Amino acid sequence: MVAGLKAGDQGAMAELYDRYSSVVHAVALRVLGDTGAAEDVLQEIFLQLWRNPSLFDASRGSLGSWLAVITRNRAIDSLRKRRPETDIEDVVLSVAPDLAGEAERARVAEKVRGVMGTMTPVQRSALEMAYWEGMSHSEIADKTGEPLGTVKTRIRAGLIVLRKAFQT
Amino acid sequence: MSEHEQYAEDLALYALGALQGEERVKIDQHLATCASCRLELEQLRGDTALLAMSTAGPRAPQRARQRLLDAVAREPRPVAQVVTRRGWWGWLGWAATAAVVIFALSLWRENSGLKQSLASASSRAAESTRELEELRRIAAPIIQPEAQRVTLVAAKAPPQPQGKAFYLRNRGSLVFLANNMPPLPPQKAYELWLIPTSGNPIPAGVFKPDARGNASVVNPPLATGTEAKAFAITVEDEAGSAAPTTPAVMVGAGE
Repeated sequence: MVAGLKAGDQGAMAELYDRYSSVVHAVALRVLGDTGAAEDVLQEIFLQLWRNPSLFDASRGSLGSWLAVITRNRAIDSLRKRRPETDIEDVVLSVAPDLAGEAERARVAEKVRGVMGTMTPVQRSALEMAYWEGMSHSEIADKTGEPLGTVKTRIRAGLIVLRKAFQT
Repeated sequence: MSEHEQYAEDLALYALGALQGEERVKIDQHLATCASCRLELEQLRGDTALLAMSTAGPRAPQRARQRLLDAVAREPRPVAQVVTRRGWWGWLGWAATAAVVIFALSLWRENSGLKQSLASASSRAAESTRELEELRRIAAPIIQPEAQRVTLVAAKAPPQPQGKAFYLRNRGSLVFLANNMPPLPPQKAYELWLIPTSGNPIPAGVFKPDARGNASVVNPPLATGTEAKAFAITVEDEAGSAAPTTPAVMVGAGE
């Protein structure tokens, strides 16, 4: 499909949208909580890929996961009304599930939610505030009254717990 | 606490985009020189992708699809040269394709530069196209899915590990392909090193072979202009190392 985009094939764009728009939309909506704003981010993400398909190549990870990550980053920038913090060109991730199919997505989502459920409420909350609200560790520490170092440790430990769950 | 442990928590925040100001600059500077932390950052970003998957929501409205396709139709792009990829050997096929593309582009650029004062733009383009076609023809046995891949060795000799590095110094581009690589102990990985003509070995990618012993490294972050005296491989912890910690298991100098 990305090869199709590079060739200027509009049909490939439609196919790519059909396959990944639910991931992109769900992530944008979760961050922004507003359908109009989420739709704007959705448009922006796909148009950016259409204008420059070379932004993605297989060395950046799986397409679905890569789209999820850049969508979250863009939505957070939009939420916090700031200029884009991370260049898309810099986003490289280790290979994660591709999430192209609904069944695969549902399976991964269920597993992630299960792992999140095993975390202590404070750890889960720190991770969610950082990820879905784009809060810095200082902001989280201020809000929860916990030491900065504790917040940092919780965030990293939470990500590692998730990683390990998918390595086994 | 090792150097990498010192950065571990900040790397997680960096992956989430939560680091600002001096802290962010400090990590940027460290990442520029540390392959191990770059790898860890990629893994952390992979972890955040998993986090993204914990959410589910309603589909985007139908109008969003039409809006996008209308916008796409208003922005037709010129058809670009595309190298198709259908690899039954997966990454290795992709790496081979990438190698061809990198070298083809390089040749095209050099060729364009040399002929700039002699030929018209159209004749340059035609020449470049012919060269690309020629490169594709030459590379077909490497990248076509139906191609058989056979390594010949001395009769009765057991298969030996082999690695091939394709390196373009002026672009900092490197493609490395390996086969018959022995399995690794748990928690270990191979690390490729660029040995410069002077100075310490430079990390050039961490890899693990697949079940057949094949592996590849495509375009690890390398500075442009570094002259390579040789390449070498060591066995390191799977997160990679900033400097070799074990003797080289494979070494090769330029041909």
